[in-house]
This record gives sequence, C-alpha cells and structure tokens, in this order.
Amino acid sequence: MIWIGGALTFWVVAWLANVALVRAGLGRFLVPLLFGIALLVLWEGFVRGLNVSAVILPPPSAIWAKIVTSLPTLWGDFVQTILRGAVSGYLIGCSAAVLTAVLIDRSPFLQKGLLPVGNFVAALPIIGLAPILVAWFGFDWQSKAAVVVAMVFFPVLINAVAGLADSQAMQRDLMRTYGASYWQTLFKLRLPSAMPFIFNGLKIATTLALIGAIVAEFFGSPIQGMGFRISTSVGQLALDMVWAEIAVAALAGSLFYGAVSMIERGVTFWHPSQR
Amino acid sequence: MTRALPVLTVIGLIVVIWYAASVWMNAPWVYDQAARAGESVTFSQMVVETQSQSRPVLPPPHQVGTALWQGLTGQAITSKRSLVYHGWVTLQSTLMGFVLGVVVGTALAVAIVHARVMDQSVMPWAVISQTIPIVALAPMIVVLSNSFWSGSLPQATGMDSRTVAKAIISAYLSFFPVLVGMTKGLRSPDAMQLDLLRTYGASNGQTFRKLRLPAAMPYFFASLKVAIAASLIGAIVGELPTGAIQGLGARMLIGSQFGEPLIMWSALFAAAIMAGFLILIVGLAERFAKARMGGIA
Repeated sequence: MIWIGGALTFWVVAWLANVALVRAGLGRFLVPLLFGIALLVLWEGFVRGLNVSAVILPPPSAIWAKIVTSLPTLWGDFVQTILRGAVSGYLIGCSAAVLTAVLIDRSPFLQKGLLPVGNFVAALPIIGLAPILVAWFGFDWQSKAAVVVAMVFFPVLINAVAGLADSQAMQRDLMRTYGASYWQTLFKLRLPSAMPFIFNGLKIATTLALIGAIVAEFFGSPIQGMGFRISTSVGQLALDMVWAEIAVAALAGSLFYGAVSMIERGVTFWHPSQR
Repeated sequence: MTRALPVLTVIGLIVVIWYAASVWMNAPWVYDQAARAGESVTFSQMVVETQSQSRPVLPPPHQVGTALWQGLTGQAITSKRSLVYHGWVTLQSTLMGFVLGVVVGTALAVAIVHARVMDQSVMPWAVISQTIPIVALAPMIVVLSNSFWSGSLPQATGMDSRTVAKAIISAYLSFFPVLVGMTKGLRSPDAMQLDLLRTYGASNGQTFRKLRLPAAMPYFFASLKVAIAASLIGAIVGELPTGAIQGLGARMLIGSQFGEPLIMWSALFAAAIMAGFLILIVGLAERFAKARMGGIA
C-alpha cells in the first residue's frame, strides 16, 4: 500500500507542479520531463505495490539494471537492426522515391495516374511483404533493408510528387523569363519549394523504417537484432530484456526522428512553420 | 473521367512490370528443372512454365487472383481455409482498436485544447510514443493482456485475450492521427468567431458544441481515414510476432513458414482489399455527415 500511495501522491504533486510551471510560463522542457518521470514512478509504485510478477511486468528500476548490465548485447542488436537494416533501407527507399518523383514529374499524365494509386498503396499493410522479401533476400540485413525500402517508398513518393507540384505558376513564369533551363528550374525553384512536403514524408518514413526492420526479423534473422532478441526473450520470459530492447527502440526512434527534424530545420529555414 | 485513364495506365504498367518480373524471377527454377531432367527449354516454353508453378518465387497476377478467389469463395466462410474467416478475425480487432483509438485520441484532443498543462505534458509524449516501433511492444502487449484479460472478462465480452491485444496495438497506432487532427481542428475557429460566441455569452461547453466541434469535422474525417488504415496495419502486425493462427497476418505467417507463396500473396491482397473498403466506408460516412451538416463544411 505504501508503494501505491506514495506513487499516487507523487503523481498528484507532479501534476500540481506542472500546473504551476505552465502558469509561470517556464515549462517547455520541464513539464513533459516531469510528466514522464511521474509516469515511471506510477509504474514502479504499482508494480511493487501490487506485487506484479517480473515475468508479467518488470518495474522500471529492474529494466534500467538490465540495460546497464547488457550494453554490449544491446549495442550489437542496435547496429544490426537500426544501422544495417533500417538506415540503409531508409536511405535507398527515400532517394529512390524522390528520384522517381522527379522522373514522373516530367509527365503530367503519369503524375495524375500515380497520385491516387500511390495514395492507395501507402495505406496498404505493406508490412505483409516482409515474409516474402525475407524469402527472397535471405536472413541477413539485406532483406530487412528491402522491407524498409518497400515501406518508405510510397509515403515519400506521394509527398514528393505533391511537393514538386507546389511551386506557383507565377514563380515558374519568373524562372522562364530568366531563361532558366528545366534543370535550373528544378534545382533552384521546384526542389526547394518541395522540401517541406518531402520532409513531411521523410519524417513519417523514420517510424515506418524501424517498424519494417524489426518486423522483418520475426520472419528470420541472424542471431542478432532487436526483433530477434525480443521474440526469443519473450519465449524465455526474460521480460526485462524485452523492455530494455523497447527502451533502445524508443530512444533510436526518437533520435532518428529528431535528426531528420534537425535537417529539415536547416533545409527549410525559410518556411513559415520553422520561423 | 479525366483521372480514370491515367490511373488505369499506371495500374496497367504495374501489371506489365509484375508479369515481366515473374518470368524473370521464376525462370531459374525452370532452367534448373530442365537441366536436371537433361532437357533443354526454349524461351517460349520457359515463359509458359513460369506462369503456372505451384511454388513460384513471384507468382504472376493471375495466379494470385485465382488463389484469392479460391480463398474467398472456394469453401464455406467458416472454414479455416477461407480468407473471409481470417479477414473477419482481423477485422474485429481492427474495428475495436479503431473505435478505442478514436475515442482516446478525441478525448485527449479535447483535454489538450482546454488545458494548457495537458498540452505541454501529453503532446510531447504522444509524439515520442509514435517513434517507438509498436512491433517491439507487440509481444509485450500480448503477454500483458494474457495475464490481465482473464477470469470472467473473456466470456462476458466474447473476446479472447489475443483479440484484445491486437485491438490495443491497433488503438496505439490509430489514436495519434486522430489526436493531431482533432487538436488542429478544435483550434481551427479563428479569434473573431470565438469572440462572437463570447459576446453571445456562450459557456465553454456551448462554444465547444456549437463552434469547435463542427469546425473540427473536416479534420476529424481526414484523420479517420489515416486512422483506419493504421488500425488495420496494427491488427496485422499484432498477428505476426505473436504466433497467432487466425487472421490475415497469421495466414501470411503460415504461408511463409510452410513455403506456400500463394497463401501469402492471397492474404496480402485480401488485406489490401479490406483496407480499400474500410477507407471507402469512412469516405461515405464523411459525405453523409457533410450532407447532414448543410454540405458546406
């Protein structure tokens, strides 16, 4: 009871503190941080207070202990899944999508046809291709990268196509009066003005890339990787290891998203949403 | 009509590429078989052979179509081989998760619009929650719902813990678009309109019902379309790593493990068709709501 009572008290205190912080207008970072800490305390308190078994839900402290003691394993899985599988697939898939968008852009006919089809395909459960691609490309990271390519391609493509169509007729006319060639117009006007759209797609794709890389590992992988570790650890009821991997996945996902947002801020500094 | 021709062209192109790829990818097996039998095959023979293998590397469209049709109509829809049966299992979790996600997303959005402390505490974590790959959580959620969804609950609700687990995963994926869309929508009335309601002496609740909610409707339906697709993905993903034996995702898994590509592809296309129908239904609901609201929104 002490644990639960303590956790609830902490929750209430943290909430009141947050209300005060918001009133005082100084809470951009503190408020969400305090909220997150309060959630963890609540979790810890309830797990201990209700004596929840560690094979059902380990407390955050046990998960942290596991993370600290198995850093090399976690790092190996991170390299295998995120760096080899997700990032390489992400780079290939996104650049292929942008290139395709530029190629298609020259034909309004294809563009008109591709947008509805692409929109539809982007809504499909492409993740279902994972077992097929694993069968084609083998168990190592190449098949994971292939799944990621398939997952990120269409969301980025439709955003890029929409973005390339975004520059205004007036602006294109101006380029024509300058005597700019197609490529000059593309690089100086249309690609830059498409960047907010493209980055929108790129940000959506970061999450998809991680999902793809991890799911593909459930269908076969070398004895390394986050998806592999999660599925085997669940089988061994080593749930602290599973949560450690989840923590790594969350951190990697946030960093990946954050990195793309940083690049976006640098590239599209002129856009109203960044000012 | 001006859009039908380009769309059909693109689809036609995809089918042509698909056929070409199926010939190219299935050819090695044909040559291999011929070499073992000590025969030689001409090019046209090879092309014919690649179109009707029982375990092709890449099945051509007509084989997938036949398998899909077989799966949908070949047996009673209660049979374990019927795609309708598996589709129904997946659809249940999808819809439950969708409803749950929409309710949670809308509730959070209402709270966020009305309280700044909610905005600053919850919004960053909602964003972070979506950067966590849900599939990493999926096996965990199955374990958790196995332990907590027990006793009289399964019988009282008619759902086993696996359905609940998949629904939670679906809800996790679908609440976020609703949250973002509704927050934007509920904030979309401009200061002038809010001021007008203040001069009428409208309470917070009245402002919400008469101005904010109607103004948010277009955003709401736009995010519903994203949410239903995300919800279906969640249900399928929830079947993959959890050893499920029912559902379209499980069907793909079985096809993968037993080396039956046709089962895998037909399940994939069944899921695609389902996604199409679900989005269509949301679109119809949107049209209906628009008509009821006077057709301007």
